[in-house]
Amino acid sequence: MTTETHSSTEHGMSNAGYVKIALILAAITALEVATYYVDFGPLFMPALMIMMVVKFVVVVSYFMHLKFDNKLFTWVFYAGLFLALGVYAVALATFHFFS
Amino acid sequence: MWFTLAEHAVITAGEHDTGHGDHHTSTGLSNNKLGMWLFLGSECLLFGGLISTYMLYRGRVGEGPRPSQVFDIPFTSVSSFVLLMSSLTMVLAVSAAHKGDDRNTNLWVTITALLGATFVGGQVYEFTAFYNEGMGFTTSLFSSSFYVLTGFHGVHVTVGIIMLMSIVGIMKRSKTPGSKAETVEMIGLYWHFVDVVWIIIFTLIYLVPA
Repeated sequence: MTTETHSSTEHGMSNAGYVKIALILAAITALEVATYYVDFGPLFMPALMIMMVVKFVVVVSYFMHLKFDNKLFTWVFYAGLFLALGVYAVALATFHFFS
Repeated sequence: MWFTLAEHAVITAGEHDTGHGDHHTSTGLSNNKLGMWLFLGSECLLFGGLISTYMLYRGRVGEGPRPSQVFDIPFTSVSSFVLLMSSLTMVLAVSAAHKGDDRNTNLWVTITALLGATFVGGQVYEFTAFYNEGMGFTTSLFSSSFYVLTGFHGVHVTVGIIMLMSIVGIMKRSKTPGSKAETVEMIGLYWHFVDVVWIIIFTLIYLVPA
């Protein structure tokens, strides 16, 4: 128990915590798949995008330990991610993708 | 040859592998870990380019089949679930490695590799099915961009499997328990990244109608 607590604080969460996170991710995936079969109307795209972003952030924060690690790693990774988002948003806009 | 290269990379990454804080570097952080996060940041640009190209060309089907005609959502959903669960087994491997529990580390790493192999097997099956339905690599801009994007991702998963199997072999030969904790963590970061890329691919490519 002591080892578990020590490990949880130093390297993230307990194993039970990781299982809970995985179950949440599985539930969100099931909801995502449901949007393909059930008509969500105008909520379809926003709901799908929100679920995708939530899954992404949860995996990166908890499974990749960014939430518990040094903030420099967070900056390094998200700098690459937002650079990619910016560059390709401009590239897609150039090809009139959004219009 | 691939095994040797991957093994060399894993050994190099774990040369000063303590698995705990206290790194004698100018930042006080592990250079291996910082390097891995920089690499993953740059990978965002690679996959960003491939996903953007697919988004531009997904409607350009020419004479070939449309995405909705070939995609098998139930099958891909199961594949996605398998890859998602491999992230859980990977994080359990990292957790065991940090506790110095080599036996459980090897067990979880092996299960992760098997789940990854299942995913790649599913992708090979899916590609074969698409090809048989008349969607070759050069059939249309849609098919080319689809195969390049998902193929690149599949190659990343395969490289991950090679690294996982390499670390199992290395740990079996290691005489100090828990000595490869940081190396397992680095491979874990790479594996989780491959999973988050699939989270995006599954939503944007399979679930959003073209």
